[in-house]
Amino acid sequence: MNSDDRLAVAIRGRFSFSGRDLFSNIELILESGSWSCLLGSSGVGKSTLMRLIAGLETGGRFDGKVEASDGLSLVGRVAYMSQADLLLPWLSVRQNISLGCRLRGESTDETAINRLVESIGLSDHQSKKPAQLSGGMRQRTALARVLMEDAPLVLLDEPFSALDARTRAEMQHLAYTVLEGRTVLLVTHDPAEAMRLAHDLYVLSPGGLTKKRVPSAQPIRALDDAEMLQAQAELLMALHNQLDQESQL
Amino acid sequence: MKISRFDMLVSVALIFAIWQAIVSLTGVPGFILPGPVKVLQSLFHNRALVAHHTWITLIEVILGLIIGISLGMMTAIGLSLSKTVRRFSMPMLVVSQTIPVFALAPILTLWLGYGLASKVAMATLIIYFPVTSTFFDGLQRTPKGFLDQAQVMQASTLRTLLQIRIPSALPALASGIRLAAVYAPIGAVIGEWVGASNGLGYLMLLANGRVKIDLMFAALIALCLLTVTLRYFVGLVCERMTRWSAMESLH
Repeated sequence: MNSDDRLAVAIRGRFSFSGRDLFSNIELILESGSWSCLLGSSGVGKSTLMRLIAGLETGGRFDGKVEASDGLSLVGRVAYMSQADLLLPWLSVRQNISLGCRLRGESTDETAINRLVESIGLSDHQSKKPAQLSGGMRQRTALARVLMEDAPLVLLDEPFSALDARTRAEMQHLAYTVLEGRTVLLVTHDPAEAMRLAHDLYVLSPGGLTKKRVPSAQPIRALDDAEMLQAQAELLMALHNQLDQESQL
Repeated sequence: MKISRFDMLVSVALIFAIWQAIVSLTGVPGFILPGPVKVLQSLFHNRALVAHHTWITLIEVILGLIIGISLGMMTAIGLSLSKTVRRFSMPMLVVSQTIPVFALAPILTLWLGYGLASKVAMATLIIYFPVTSTFFDGLQRTPKGFLDQAQVMQASTLRTLLQIRIPSALPALASGIRLAAVYAPIGAVIGEWVGASNGLGYLMLLANGRVKIDLMFAALIALCLLTVTLRYFVGLVCERMTRWSAMESLH
Protein backbone atom coordinates (compact mmCIF):
# COMPACT_ATOMS: atom_id res chain seq x y z
CA MET A 1 0.00 0.00 0.00
CA ASN A 2 1.44 3.39 -0.89
CA SER A 3 0.82 6.73 0.73
CA ASP A 4 -1.50 7.93 -2.05
CA ASP A 5 -4.06 5.44 -0.78
CA ARG A 6 -4.11 7.11 2.60
CA LEU A 7 -7.48 8.16 3.72
CA ALA A 8 -8.96 10.25 6.51
CA VAL A 9 -12.58 9.72 7.44
CA ALA A 10 -15.03 11.89 9.34
CA ILE A 11 -18.44 11.02 10.70
CA ARG A 12 -20.75 13.80 11.85
CA GLY A 13 -24.37 13.80 12.85
CA ARG A 14 -26.95 12.47 15.25
CA PHE A 15 -28.32 9.02 15.67
CA SER A 16 -31.60 8.06 17.24
CA PHE A 17 -33.01 4.71 18.10
CA SER A 18 -36.81 4.38 18.30
CA GLY A 19 -37.21 8.13 18.80
CA ARG A 20 -34.52 8.47 21.49
CA ASP A 21 -31.14 10.01 20.71
CA LEU A 22 -28.26 7.59 21.19
CA PHE A 23 -25.85 10.40 20.34
CA SER A 24 -26.38 13.88 18.97
CA ASN A 25 -24.04 16.27 17.16
CA ILE A 26 -21.18 13.89 17.28
CA GLU A 27 -17.99 14.45 15.33
CA LEU A 28 -15.36 11.76 15.01
CA ILE A 29 -12.38 12.24 12.74
CA LEU A 30 -10.15 9.31 11.86
CA GLU A 31 -6.78 10.76 10.84
CA SER A 32 -5.17 9.13 7.86
CA GLY A 33 -2.69 6.37 8.59
CA SER A 34 -3.24 6.44 12.32
CA TRP A 35 -5.04 4.48 15.01
CA SER A 36 -8.10 6.08 16.57
CA CYS A 37 -9.41 4.25 19.60
CA LEU A 38 -12.96 4.55 20.81
CA LEU A 39 -13.72 3.66 24.41
CA GLY A 40 -17.01 3.61 26.25
CA SER A 41 -19.26 1.46 28.36
CA SER A 42 -21.53 -1.17 26.82
CA GLY A 43 -24.63 0.07 25.05
CA VAL A 44 -23.33 3.60 24.64
CA GLY A 45 -23.23 3.27 20.85
CA LYS A 46 -19.61 2.44 20.01
CA SER A 47 -20.51 -0.42 17.72
CA THR A 48 -23.32 1.60 16.17
CA LEU A 49 -20.87 4.33 15.27
CA MET A 50 -18.64 1.73 13.66
CA ARG A 51 -21.51 0.14 11.77
CA LEU A 52 -22.48 3.57 10.42
CA ILE A 53 -18.98 4.03 9.03
CA ALA A 54 -19.03 0.50 7.58
CA GLY A 55 -22.38 1.23 5.93
CA LEU A 56 -24.12 -1.57 7.82
CA GLU A 57 -27.71 -1.78 9.05
CA THR A 58 -28.15 -0.20 12.50
CA GLY A 59 -31.89 -0.38 13.02
CA GLY A 60 -31.99 3.31 13.95
CA ARG A 61 -32.07 6.70 12.27
CA PHE A 62 -28.92 8.59 11.34
CA ASP A 63 -29.00 12.23 10.29
CA GLY A 64 -25.53 13.08 9.20
CA LYS A 65 -22.67 12.19 6.96
CA VAL A 66 -19.75 9.83 6.72
CA GLU A 67 -17.12 11.50 4.56
CA ALA A 68 -13.80 10.39 3.17
CA SER A 69 -10.95 12.86 2.63
CA ASP A 70 -10.92 12.20 -1.11
CA GLY A 71 -14.65 12.86 -1.41
CA LEU A 72 -15.38 9.39 -2.75
CA SER A 73 -17.67 6.77 -1.29
CA LEU A 74 -16.28 4.36 1.31
CA VAL A 75 -18.05 1.38 -0.23
CA GLY A 76 -15.50 -1.32 -1.01
CA ARG A 77 -12.71 0.46 0.84
CA VAL A 78 -13.43 -0.86 4.31
CA ALA A 79 -12.30 -4.01 6.08
CA TYR A 80 -14.03 -5.11 9.24
CA MET A 81 -13.11 -7.42 12.08
CA SER A 82 -15.07 -8.15 15.22
CA GLN A 83 -14.78 -9.92 18.54
CA ALA A 84 -16.66 -12.89 17.14
CA ASP A 85 -14.04 -13.70 14.51
CA LEU A 86 -16.79 -14.46 11.94
CA LEU A 87 -14.73 -17.15 10.28
CA LEU A 88 -16.90 -19.43 8.17
CA PRO A 89 -16.70 -22.80 9.95
CA TRP A 90 -16.95 -24.84 6.74
CA LEU A 91 -13.96 -23.17 5.10
CA SER A 92 -10.28 -23.77 5.81
CA VAL A 93 -8.03 -21.04 7.17
CA ARG A 94 -6.77 -20.35 3.65
CA GLN A 95 -10.24 -20.20 2.15
CA ASN A 96 -11.38 -17.92 4.94
CA ILE A 97 -8.52 -15.54 4.27
CA SER A 98 -9.52 -15.22 0.63
CA LEU A 99 -13.23 -14.96 1.41
CA GLY A 100 -13.51 -11.43 0.06
CA CYS A 101 -12.19 -12.46 -3.35
CA ARG A 102 -14.52 -15.46 -3.43
CA LEU A 103 -17.50 -13.30 -2.53
CA ARG A 104 -16.72 -10.76 -5.24
CA GLY A 105 -16.00 -13.47 -7.80
CA GLU A 106 -12.39 -12.32 -8.19
CA SER A 107 -9.60 -14.76 -8.76
CA THR A 108 -7.51 -15.32 -5.64
CA ASP A 109 -3.88 -14.31 -5.63
CA GLU A 110 -2.31 -17.51 -4.27
CA THR A 111 1.14 -16.00 -3.79
CA ALA A 112 -0.34 -13.11 -1.83
CA ILE A 113 -2.14 -15.59 0.43
CA ASN A 114 1.06 -17.58 0.88
CA ARG A 115 2.91 -14.45 1.91
CA LEU A 116 0.16 -13.43 4.30
CA VAL A 117 -0.20 -16.85 5.86
CA GLU A 118 3.53 -16.84 6.47
CA SER A 119 3.75 -13.30 7.84
CA ILE A 120 0.98 -13.99 10.30
CA GLY A 121 2.42 -17.32 11.46
CA LEU A 122 -0.29 -19.64 10.18
CA SER A 123 1.75 -21.69 7.69
CA ASP A 124 1.28 -24.93 9.64
CA HIS A 125 -2.44 -24.42 10.04
CA GLN A 126 -3.62 -23.16 6.67
CA SER A 127 -5.72 -26.17 5.74
CA LYS A 128 -7.35 -26.53 9.15
CA LYS A 129 -10.92 -25.57 9.87
CA PRO A 130 -11.58 -22.75 12.39
CA ALA A 131 -12.85 -25.22 15.00
CA GLN A 132 -9.41 -26.82 15.09
CA LEU A 133 -7.73 -23.53 16.03
CA SER A 134 -7.20 -21.76 19.34
CA GLY A 135 -8.86 -18.40 19.96
CA GLY A 136 -5.61 -16.58 19.22
CA MET A 137 -5.10 -18.38 15.92
CA ARG A 138 -8.68 -17.71 14.90
CA GLN A 139 -8.10 -14.00 15.47
CA ARG A 140 -4.88 -14.23 13.48
CA THR A 141 -6.86 -15.72 10.61
CA ALA A 142 -9.45 -12.94 10.87
CA LEU A 143 -6.62 -10.41 10.84
CA ALA A 144 -5.13 -12.05 7.76
CA ARG A 145 -8.51 -11.78 6.09
CA VAL A 146 -8.59 -8.06 6.87
CA LEU A 147 -5.13 -7.68 5.34
CA MET A 148 -6.17 -9.66 2.27
CA GLU A 149 -8.89 -7.07 1.68
CA ASP A 150 -6.11 -4.48 1.42
CA ALA A 151 -8.53 -1.70 2.37
CA PRO A 152 -7.32 1.77 3.40
CA LEU A 153 -9.84 1.93 6.25
CA VAL A 154 -9.87 -0.84 8.86
CA LEU A 155 -12.57 -1.13 11.49
CA LEU A 156 -11.81 -3.30 14.51
CA ASP A 157 -14.72 -3.98 16.83
CA GLU A 158 -13.30 -5.29 20.12
CA PRO A 159 -11.24 -7.81 18.17
CA PHE A 160 -9.05 -8.99 21.04
CA SER A 161 -11.40 -8.87 24.00
CA ALA A 162 -12.05 -12.62 24.10
CA LEU A 163 -8.34 -13.48 24.25
CA ASP A 164 -6.20 -14.18 27.30
CA ALA A 165 -3.88 -11.38 28.40
CA ARG A 166 -0.71 -12.72 26.81
CA THR A 167 -2.28 -13.58 23.48
CA ARG A 168 -4.03 -10.21 23.50
CA ALA A 169 -0.73 -8.35 23.92
CA GLU A 170 0.77 -10.42 21.12
CA MET A 171 -2.17 -9.78 18.82
CA GLN A 172 -2.07 -6.03 19.53
CA HIS A 173 1.55 -6.00 18.50
CA LEU A 174 0.95 -8.08 15.40
CA ALA A 175 -2.07 -6.04 14.32
CA TYR A 176 -0.28 -2.77 14.87
CA THR A 177 2.68 -3.93 12.81
CA VAL A 178 0.79 -5.38 9.88
CA LEU A 179 -1.76 -2.56 9.64
CA GLU A 180 0.99 0.04 9.35
CA GLY A 181 -0.06 2.96 7.18
CA ARG A 182 -3.77 2.25 7.25
CA THR A 183 -6.44 4.32 8.91
CA VAL A 184 -7.71 2.25 11.81
CA LEU A 185 -10.66 2.65 14.13
CA LEU A 186 -10.46 0.36 17.15
CA VAL A 187 -13.50 0.05 19.36
CA THR A 188 -12.60 -1.37 22.73
CA HIS A 189 -13.72 -1.41 26.35
CA ASP A 190 -10.19 -1.93 27.61
CA PRO A 191 -8.42 1.33 28.62
CA ALA A 192 -5.05 -0.46 28.61
CA GLU A 193 -5.52 -1.57 25.01
CA ALA A 194 -6.59 1.91 23.93
CA MET A 195 -3.62 3.57 25.68
CA ARG A 196 -1.21 1.17 24.08
CA LEU A 197 -2.40 1.58 20.51
CA ALA A 198 -4.01 4.99 20.11
CA HIS A 199 -2.73 7.99 18.19
CA ASP A 200 -6.08 9.55 19.02
CA LEU A 201 -8.25 8.43 21.89
CA TYR A 202 -11.95 9.14 22.27
CA VAL A 203 -14.41 8.24 24.97
CA LEU A 204 -18.04 7.91 24.01
CA SER A 205 -20.57 8.53 26.78
CA PRO A 206 -24.26 9.49 26.82
CA GLY A 207 -23.02 13.10 27.04
CA GLY A 208 -21.12 12.83 23.77
CA LEU A 209 -17.64 12.21 22.48
CA THR A 210 -14.58 13.48 24.38
CA LYS A 211 -11.02 13.38 23.17
CA LYS A 212 -8.47 12.22 25.73
CA ARG A 213 -4.78 12.92 26.03
CA VAL A 214 -2.48 10.09 24.94
CA PRO A 215 1.03 9.40 26.26
CA SER A 216 3.88 11.16 24.44
CA ALA A 217 5.54 7.95 23.21
CA GLN A 218 4.47 6.78 19.76
CA PRO A 219 2.36 3.62 19.54
CA ILE A 220 2.69 0.78 19.82
CA ARG A 221 3.76 1.65 23.37
CA ALA A 222 5.83 -0.64 25.55
CA LEU A 223 3.78 -2.61 28.05
CA ASP A 224 5.80 -1.06 30.90
CA ASP A 225 5.86 2.53 29.63
CA ALA A 226 5.49 4.51 32.87
CA GLU A 227 3.64 7.43 31.35
CA MET A 228 1.25 5.07 29.61
CA LEU A 229 0.51 3.16 32.81
CA GLN A 230 -0.16 6.46 34.59
CA ALA A 231 -2.45 7.68 31.80
CA GLN A 232 -4.22 4.35 31.78
CA ALA A 233 -4.90 4.56 35.51
CA GLU A 234 -6.21 8.13 35.15
CA LEU A 235 -8.46 7.07 32.30
CA LEU A 236 -9.82 4.16 34.29
CA MET A 237 -10.55 6.52 37.21
CA ALA A 238 -12.30 8.95 34.89
CA LEU A 239 -14.43 6.16 33.39
CA HIS A 240 -15.24 4.93 36.87
CA ASN A 241 -16.34 8.38 38.07
CA GLN A 242 -18.37 8.83 34.94
CA LEU A 243 -20.15 5.56 35.63
CA ASP A 244 -20.93 6.74 39.19
CA GLN A 245 -22.39 9.97 37.90
CA GLU A 246 -24.52 8.14 35.37
CA SER A 247 -25.92 5.81 38.00
CA GLN A 248 -26.84 8.79 40.20
CA LEU A 249 -28.79 10.39 37.36
CA MET B 1 -27.31 -40.07 19.75
CA LYS B 2 -24.88 -42.51 18.22
CA ILE B 3 -26.11 -46.12 18.31
CA SER B 4 -23.35 -48.72 18.32
CA ARG B 5 -23.61 -51.91 16.29
CA PHE B 6 -23.70 -53.93 19.50
CA ASP B 7 -26.61 -51.92 20.94
CA MET B 8 -28.45 -52.39 17.67
CA LEU B 9 -27.95 -56.15 17.74
CA VAL B 10 -29.07 -56.47 21.36
CA SER B 11 -32.12 -54.37 20.66
CA VAL B 12 -33.16 -56.44 17.64
CA ALA B 13 -32.61 -59.67 19.60
CA LEU B 14 -34.75 -58.24 22.40
CA ILE B 15 -37.62 -57.48 20.01
CA PHE B 16 -37.53 -61.03 18.64
CA ALA B 17 -37.41 -62.46 22.18
CA ILE B 18 -40.43 -60.41 23.32
CA TRP B 19 -42.26 -61.36 20.14
CA GLN B 20 -41.57 -65.07 20.69
CA ALA B 21 -42.54 -64.79 24.36
CA ILE B 22 -45.93 -63.26 23.46
CA VAL B 23 -46.61 -66.01 20.92
CA SER B 24 -45.60 -68.81 23.33
CA LEU B 25 -47.32 -67.43 26.42
CA THR B 26 -50.66 -66.43 24.89
CA GLY B 27 -50.92 -69.30 22.42
CA VAL B 28 -52.24 -66.85 19.84
CA PRO B 29 -53.01 -68.66 16.54
CA GLY B 30 -50.51 -68.37 13.65
CA PHE B 31 -52.98 -66.55 11.37
CA ILE B 32 -53.19 -63.69 13.91
CA LEU B 33 -49.54 -63.47 14.98
CA PRO B 34 -47.01 -65.95 13.63
CA GLY B 35 -43.85 -66.45 15.65
CA PRO B 36 -40.54 -64.91 14.54
CA VAL B 37 -39.08 -68.26 13.48
CA LYS B 38 -42.01 -68.92 11.18
CA VAL B 39 -41.76 -65.44 9.70
CA LEU B 40 -38.03 -65.77 9.09
CA GLN B 41 -38.62 -69.14 7.45
CA SER B 42 -41.22 -67.55 5.19
CA LEU B 43 -38.84 -64.73 4.41
CA PHE B 44 -36.22 -67.27 3.39
CA HIS B 45 -38.58 -69.37 1.25
CA ASN B 46 -40.01 -66.34 -0.51
CA ARG B 47 -36.73 -64.45 -0.76
CA ALA B 48 -36.92 -63.93 -4.53
CA LEU B 49 -40.48 -62.63 -4.32
CA VAL B 50 -39.76 -60.33 -1.37
CA ALA B 51 -36.56 -59.09 -2.99
CA HIS B 52 -38.42 -58.23 -6.19
CA HIS B 53 -41.05 -56.17 -4.38
CA THR B 54 -38.46 -54.57 -2.10
CA TRP B 55 -36.53 -53.49 -5.18
CA ILE B 56 -39.64 -51.81 -6.64
CA THR B 57 -40.39 -49.98 -3.40
CA LEU B 58 -36.75 -48.95 -3.10
CA ILE B 59 -36.82 -47.37 -6.58
CA GLU B 60 -40.01 -45.48 -5.74
CA VAL B 61 -38.51 -44.25 -2.48
CA ILE B 62 -35.22 -43.13 -4.01
CA LEU B 63 -36.93 -41.31 -6.88
CA GLY B 64 -39.31 -39.71 -4.36
CA LEU B 65 -36.37 -38.66 -2.20
CA ILE B 66 -34.49 -37.10 -5.11
CA ILE B 67 -37.50 -35.21 -6.45
CA GLY B 68 -38.86 -34.25 -3.03
CA ILE B 69 -35.52 -33.00 -1.71
CA SER B 70 -34.82 -31.03 -4.91
CA LEU B 71 -38.28 -29.42 -4.94
CA GLY B 72 -38.10 -28.70 -1.22
CA MET B 73 -34.68 -27.06 -1.55
CA MET B 74 -35.77 -24.95 -4.49
CA THR B 75 -38.90 -23.83 -2.65
CA ALA B 76 -36.90 -22.92 0.46
CA ILE B 77 -34.41 -20.89 -1.58
CA GLY B 78 -37.22 -19.14 -3.44
CA LEU B 79 -38.97 -18.35 -0.16
CA SER B 80 -35.83 -16.97 1.44
CA LEU B 81 -34.90 -14.82 -1.57
CA SER B 82 -38.16 -13.02 -2.16
CA LYS B 83 -40.44 -11.38 0.35
CA THR B 84 -43.30 -11.43 -2.16
CA VAL B 85 -42.95 -15.14 -2.75
CA ARG B 86 -42.85 -15.63 1.01
CA ARG B 87 -45.96 -13.53 1.61
CA PHE B 88 -48.14 -15.38 -0.83
CA SER B 89 -46.84 -18.92 -0.72
CA MET B 90 -46.27 -19.39 3.01
CA PRO B 91 -50.01 -19.46 3.80
CA MET B 92 -50.54 -21.77 0.85
CA LEU B 93 -47.85 -24.14 2.08
CA VAL B 94 -49.20 -24.17 5.62
CA VAL B 95 -52.79 -24.76 4.50
CA SER B 96 -51.63 -27.55 2.17
CA GLN B 97 -50.25 -29.32 5.23
CA THR B 98 -53.73 -29.63 6.72
CA ILE B 99 -54.61 -32.08 3.93
CA PRO B 100 -53.48 -35.54 5.03
CA VAL B 101 -51.20 -36.96 2.36
CA PHE B 102 -52.94 -40.34 2.92
CA ALA B 103 -56.19 -38.82 1.67
CA LEU B 104 -54.51 -37.82 -1.57
CA ALA B 105 -53.39 -41.33 -2.43
CA PRO B 106 -56.60 -42.37 -4.26
CA ILE B 107 -56.56 -39.10 -6.24
CA LEU B 108 -52.92 -39.56 -7.23
CA THR B 109 -53.65 -43.11 -8.32
CA LEU B 110 -56.56 -41.82 -10.37
CA TRP B 111 -54.40 -39.19 -12.03
CA LEU B 112 -51.10 -41.00 -12.39
CA GLY B 113 -52.22 -44.61 -12.73
CA TYR B 114 -51.26 -47.82 -10.96
CA GLY B 115 -47.59 -47.68 -11.92
CA LEU B 116 -44.48 -46.14 -10.42
CA ALA B 117 -45.49 -42.49 -10.91
CA SER B 118 -48.25 -42.34 -8.29
CA LYS B 119 -46.01 -43.90 -5.62
CA VAL B 120 -43.11 -41.59 -6.42
CA ALA B 121 -45.55 -38.68 -6.19
CA MET B 122 -46.74 -39.89 -2.77
CA ALA B 123 -43.19 -40.23 -1.46
CA THR B 124 -42.35 -36.80 -2.90
CA LEU B 125 -45.39 -35.16 -1.31
CA ILE B 126 -44.79 -36.66 2.11
CA ILE B 127 -41.19 -35.41 2.35
CA TYR B 128 -41.60 -32.10 0.52
CA PHE B 129 -42.79 -30.08 3.50
CA PRO B 130 -40.28 -31.29 6.11
CA VAL B 131 -37.42 -30.61 3.69
CA THR B 132 -38.76 -27.19 2.71
CA SER B 133 -39.41 -26.03 6.24
CA THR B 134 -36.16 -27.23 7.80
CA PHE B 135 -34.04 -25.79 4.98
CA PHE B 136 -35.99 -22.53 4.94
CA ASP B 137 -35.50 -22.19 8.71
CA GLY B 138 -31.79 -22.73 8.23
CA LEU B 139 -31.61 -20.13 5.47
CA GLN B 140 -33.39 -17.59 7.67
CA ARG B 141 -31.00 -18.15 10.54
CA THR B 142 -27.68 -17.25 8.91
CA PRO B 143 -25.56 -15.65 11.65
CA LYS B 144 -25.96 -11.89 11.23
CA GLY B 145 -22.23 -11.27 11.49
CA PHE B 146 -21.56 -13.44 8.42
CA LEU B 147 -24.00 -11.34 6.41
CA ASP B 148 -22.45 -8.09 7.70
CA GLN B 149 -19.04 -9.36 6.68
CA ALA B 150 -20.37 -10.28 3.21
CA GLN B 151 -21.92 -6.84 2.84
CA VAL B 152 -18.71 -5.04 3.76
CA MET B 153 -16.94 -7.28 1.24
CA GLN B 154 -19.46 -6.23 -1.40
CA ALA B 155 -20.82 -9.69 -2.09
CA SER B 156 -23.76 -9.95 -4.48
CA THR B 157 -27.04 -11.45 -3.26
CA LEU B 158 -26.39 -14.58 -5.32
CA ARG B 159 -22.85 -15.10 -4.04
CA THR B 160 -23.97 -14.46 -0.46
CA LEU B 161 -26.63 -17.11 -0.97
CA LEU B 162 -24.31 -19.67 -2.53
CA GLN B 163 -21.26 -19.15 -0.36
CA ILE B 164 -22.72 -18.16 2.99
CA ARG B 165 -26.43 -18.73 3.45
CA ILE B 166 -26.72 -22.17 1.84
CA PRO B 167 -23.61 -23.68 3.47
CA SER B 168 -24.63 -22.37 6.88
CA ALA B 169 -28.12 -23.87 6.41
CA LEU B 170 -26.78 -27.33 5.54
CA PRO B 171 -27.06 -28.72 9.10
CA ALA B 172 -30.74 -27.73 9.11
CA LEU B 173 -31.23 -29.25 5.66
CA ALA B 174 -29.49 -32.42 6.85
CA SER B 175 -32.02 -32.89 9.65
CA GLY B 176 -34.82 -32.45 7.09
CA ILE B 177 -33.25 -35.05 4.82
CA ARG B 178 -32.84 -37.51 7.69
CA LEU B 179 -36.56 -37.16 8.40
CA ALA B 180 -37.29 -37.56 4.70
CA ALA B 181 -35.42 -40.88 4.56
CA VAL B 182 -37.83 -42.28 7.15
CA TYR B 183 -41.00 -40.68 5.73
CA ALA B 184 -40.48 -41.53 2.06
CA PRO B 185 -41.05 -45.31 2.44
CA ILE B 186 -44.32 -44.55 4.29
CA GLY B 187 -45.49 -42.52 1.30
CA ALA B 188 -44.55 -45.18 -1.21
CA VAL B 189 -46.24 -47.98 0.76
CA ILE B 190 -49.47 -46.00 1.16
CA GLY B 191 -49.44 -45.48 -2.59
CA GLU B 192 -49.03 -49.21 -3.07
CA TRP B 193 -51.92 -50.01 -0.74
CA VAL B 194 -54.29 -47.85 -2.73
CA GLY B 195 -53.52 -49.42 -6.06
CA ALA B 196 -50.50 -51.27 -7.38
CA SER B 197 -49.32 -54.52 -8.86
CA ASN B 198 -45.84 -54.36 -7.35
CA GLY B 199 -44.01 -53.24 -4.24
CA LEU B 200 -43.97 -54.23 -0.55
CA GLY B 201 -47.29 -52.53 0.20
CA TYR B 202 -48.91 -54.56 -2.56
CA LEU B 203 -47.24 -57.75 -1.32
CA MET B 204 -48.57 -57.16 2.21
CA LEU B 205 -52.14 -56.71 0.97
CA LEU B 206 -51.84 -59.75 -1.27
CA ALA B 207 -50.44 -61.94 1.52
CA ASN B 208 -53.13 -60.69 3.88
CA GLY B 209 -55.88 -61.53 1.40
CA ARG B 210 -54.55 -65.06 1.05
CA VAL B 211 -54.13 -65.45 4.82
CA LYS B 212 -50.38 -65.87 4.38
CA ILE B 213 -49.78 -63.88 7.53
CA ASP B 214 -46.19 -65.09 7.85
CA LEU B 215 -45.45 -63.67 4.38
CA MET B 216 -47.14 -60.42 5.37
CA PHE B 217 -44.81 -60.14 8.37
CA ALA B 218 -41.87 -61.08 6.16
CA ALA B 219 -42.74 -58.15 3.88
CA LEU B 220 -43.00 -55.90 6.93
CA ILE B 221 -39.52 -56.96 8.06
CA ALA B 222 -38.21 -56.26 4.55
CA LEU B 223 -39.77 -52.78 4.74
CA CYS B 224 -38.10 -52.14 8.12
CA LEU B 225 -34.75 -53.27 6.75
CA LEU B 226 -35.18 -51.05 3.69
CA THR B 227 -35.94 -48.00 5.82
CA VAL B 228 -33.14 -48.63 8.31
CA THR B 229 -30.59 -49.16 5.53
CA LEU B 230 -31.73 -46.07 3.69
CA ARG B 231 -31.62 -44.02 6.87
CA TYR B 232 -28.11 -45.29 7.53
CA PHE B 233 -26.75 -44.26 4.12
CA VAL B 234 -28.59 -40.96 4.13
CA GLY B 235 -27.13 -40.37 7.59
CA LEU B 236 -23.62 -40.96 6.22
CA VAL B 237 -24.16 -38.46 3.40
CA CYS B 238 -25.58 -35.89 5.82
CA GLU B 239 -22.64 -36.38 8.16
CA ARG B 240 -20.17 -35.71 5.35
CA MET B 241 -22.14 -32.67 4.30
CA THR B 242 -21.99 -31.12 7.77
CA ARG B 243 -18.73 -32.39 9.21
CA TRP B 244 -17.67 -28.84 10.07
CA SER B 245 -20.79 -28.38 12.14
CA ALA B 246 -20.00 -31.39 14.32
CA MET B 247 -16.46 -30.04 14.79
CA GLU B 248 -17.85 -26.66 15.72
CA SER B 249 -20.14 -28.06 18.41
CA LEU B 250 -17.27 -30.03 19.95
CA HIS B 251 -15.30 -26.83 20.25
